[in-house]
Amino acid sequence: MSISLQGTIGRGEFQRTLNFTIADGEVLAITGPNGSGKSTVIHTIAGLIPLRSGHVESDGAMWDAPDSKEWVSPENRTCAVVFQDLRLFPHMSVLSNVAYGLRTHGVNKDEAHSRSTSVLARVGLSSFEKRRPSELSGGERQRVALARALVVEPRVLLLDEPLSAVDVASRAALRELLPEVLGSFAGATILVTHDLGDVEAMAAANLGLN
Amino acid sequence: MTTSTASLVTPRRPWVNRRDVFKELIPTLVISGALAAVIVNFTGLAGPLGSYVAFVFAYLSVSFLFGMRHDKVKAIDKVMTTLVCAGFFTAFIPWVSILFTVFKRGASAIYWGYFSSDMSVTSGDDELNMGGLSHAIVGSGIILLIASLIAIPFGIITAVYITEIKGRLSGLVRVMVQSMSGVPSIVAGLFVFTVMVTGKGFSAISGAVALSILMLPTVARTAEEVLKLIPEDLRTSAYALGATQTATTFRIVLPAARAGLVTASMLGVARVGGETAPLIMTSFYLANFSTDFSGHPLASLPMYIYQNFTNGTDLALSRAWGGAAVLLSLIFIIFTIARLASGRAKG
Amino acid sequence: MQTTAPERRQITSVSRPSDKAFQGVVTTGALSAFVVLALIAGFLFLRSTEVFRIFGFDFITTSKWDSGSVDDGRAPQFGVAAMLLGSVIVATMAMIFALPFVMGTSLFLEYYISRRIRFVLVSILDLMAAIPSIIYGLWGYLVLMPYASHWAASINKYLGWIPIFAVDRANFDASPFVASLVLCLMILPIASSVTREVYSRAPQDQITAAYALGASRWGAIRAVVLPFGLSGLVGGMLLGLGRALGETIAVLLTLNLVFAVKFQVLASAGGNVASLIASKFGEAGPLELKALMAAGLVLFMLTLLVNFGAALVVSRAARSTK
Repeated sequence: MSISLQGTIGRGEFQRTLNFTIADGEVLAITGPNGSGKSTVIHTIAGLIPLRSGHVESDGAMWDAPDSKEWVSPENRTCAVVFQDLRLFPHMSVLSNVAYGLRTHGVNKDEAHSRSTSVLARVGLSSFEKRRPSELSGGERQRVALARALVVEPRVLLLDEPLSAVDVASRAALRELLPEVLGSFAGATILVTHDLGDVEAMAAANLGLN
Repeated sequence: MTTSTASLVTPRRPWVNRRDVFKELIPTLVISGALAAVIVNFTGLAGPLGSYVAFVFAYLSVSFLFGMRHDKVKAIDKVMTTLVCAGFFTAFIPWVSILFTVFKRGASAIYWGYFSSDMSVTSGDDELNMGGLSHAIVGSGIILLIASLIAIPFGIITAVYITEIKGRLSGLVRVMVQSMSGVPSIVAGLFVFTVMVTGKGFSAISGAVALSILMLPTVARTAEEVLKLIPEDLRTSAYALGATQTATTFRIVLPAARAGLVTASMLGVARVGGETAPLIMTSFYLANFSTDFSGHPLASLPMYIYQNFTNGTDLALSRAWGGAAVLLSLIFIIFTIARLASGRAKG
Repeated sequence: MQTTAPERRQITSVSRPSDKAFQGVVTTGALSAFVVLALIAGFLFLRSTEVFRIFGFDFITTSKWDSGSVDDGRAPQFGVAAMLLGSVIVATMAMIFALPFVMGTSLFLEYYISRRIRFVLVSILDLMAAIPSIIYGLWGYLVLMPYASHWAASINKYLGWIPIFAVDRANFDASPFVASLVLCLMILPIASSVTREVYSRAPQDQITAAYALGASRWGAIRAVVLPFGLSGLVGGMLLGLGRALGETIAVLLTLNLVFAVKFQVLASAGGNVASLIASKFGEAGPLELKALMAAGLVLFMLTLLVNFGAALVVSRAARSTK
């Protein structure tokens, strides 16, 4: 499956025109200084921000095409976002957080919990199910957010500055974990970062925004 | 490290997709209406209220079924949307009823002489083209005036203390003001009753004192908010020029906050204008038009309403509604003016 | 090369006499609130001590209110238990009725309508808060009562086997049920305004995250807004409770005062401390007056407690941004 974005995003002085396509298994890194609109790309593909013009297309299906008034809302798109500020739900346990995307799509509780448990194991948080986000370190929280995105088995994984909310100590561990996880991930990955070291570590193609 | 999230156009309430909503709305309404008619027919629900309940119930069921065409999550979302909207509208029904009743039933008591006569020669159950509430309006005016003369200066001074002097007791003062706003109106009335009324009899002044106890917290709190909005630069530049605190406060800060302080005062008046409980025990009631504020009781709008209510005859009740209409109108007017003034002050 | 740090300069400001006078006057004026509050509490307390000395704890635990009669040889007996219980019952019922509507109204205003409509509706809501209690009482007795009695009769018919819904006599007018309905209406604006304010501060980013994960509007509300706004909701309801406990005239007009402890909310009997004071002060002799003041003291302490609790909860809600 491939996903392509071609069009203008952002508003006013933040407008820019982009054109890229990525396929399954590929990792695209979007780099650039702060304010260059990197996060906007992710939000647009996820459906949180509409395109001004152009289209977002996935495997022939139009997710967003303002000119022909086509729109698929986020819950119907096969992508998942890991936000830069993580946005874990503070009142839910780790397990409930991870299972949330499944539950909103009607998966029953037991199945959602068992799938979440196995994904948590994949990111190395096996015994963390009952904890609350406030009890976790930055690195652990990042992994929960990652698990939450992976468990819904998206075709596109969108990572917004995945290592920025993490303390220096955990960053190294995550830098090792991410390529591993991404390696076993079947879909396409778009990774926003300002750190070119990340790009190297993930062996990603690079789209630089200036 | 934040990205330029401020420039992102993130929808605040991201779920609206109007075309979808309307597509299902009409059929849902129609089917619910039919179902509601059926329900009304077969149960004890009757009248407009009963039909409303039946309709809500029907709408809930129908929208749930429509939602199940997609999936359970969607269906629950529809049901909850209905419940939330129904909760809101149901809460408004009584208020609409109150406004409607007050003005409809009150209108029957109002005639051209209503505002210029008192009840000194008319009794509560005389015909409605006799008597009036001039004594009540004037009485309320006097009582509120005296109460304002007490509460407004003290309220503003309290606010000035908190914002201008910023003394060490500011926290304590704020807590005290907060506690004062929780004093039950009857307790304020009881206090003034035992201090000023026993032995001396009812009077407008005692009523005013009781009301001022209830008025002060409102004035103080609103005035504090208003004074806080005055930019600090104004004060510091005055002090830098050598002005005294007195001069700064009276010649610069207070005038700058003038509109807001007027708002605070008006809100205070609106708050206590309709209070009855304290007046029952302090200024009580007088059927004659009078401007004597001490020595004997004085009429007031709330007490006029109360007296006519306890009278109980239909004509007296109409008078009570008439008084209610006048009282409500006055309070709404004051409240609205205060709100408009504050809106303009805040820019 | 070692240098010693210069000595700390003492910064003193000498207040000018006019400033001192200004501060003195303003401070005195500001403390007036404190003074008045202390006066009220102290006064009530002083006058009540005699009553508590005579009746002791019975004052709070017994229900009979009798000013006594010299002719019949009846000693005066004052007990506020029934009225105190009545205050609590009526106020609690009002809170229970109000809860779904407070939540519904707050959610509706914050998450279901556009900003412009919200402004209009909130203004109307605030206006409703300004309706004087005597008008609520008037409407409650003359307009609501017939309906409420009818509903009470239905409740009694189908649920009368539950003790609280049973009645001794088939008269449903002027019951705690009606009074609590009116009180519910009165506390709705203030409770909603506090709750709405907290709901509006729910973290937008978490809502977006829920949305991105496929949540419906209600799903996101349930996952983010409701847990976040819980303390604000509690605070708002407590504020309403404080208001309901102290309400006099609305209850006076819609509730039939009976001095007996009853847990029958549909029956035509009940009371609350405030209406007790309002109805008895006129013919009260000196001892009865002191008893009324003792009752007022009890009520004052109760509402103070509830309002403090509410302020605490609300301030804690204001501080939590996570």
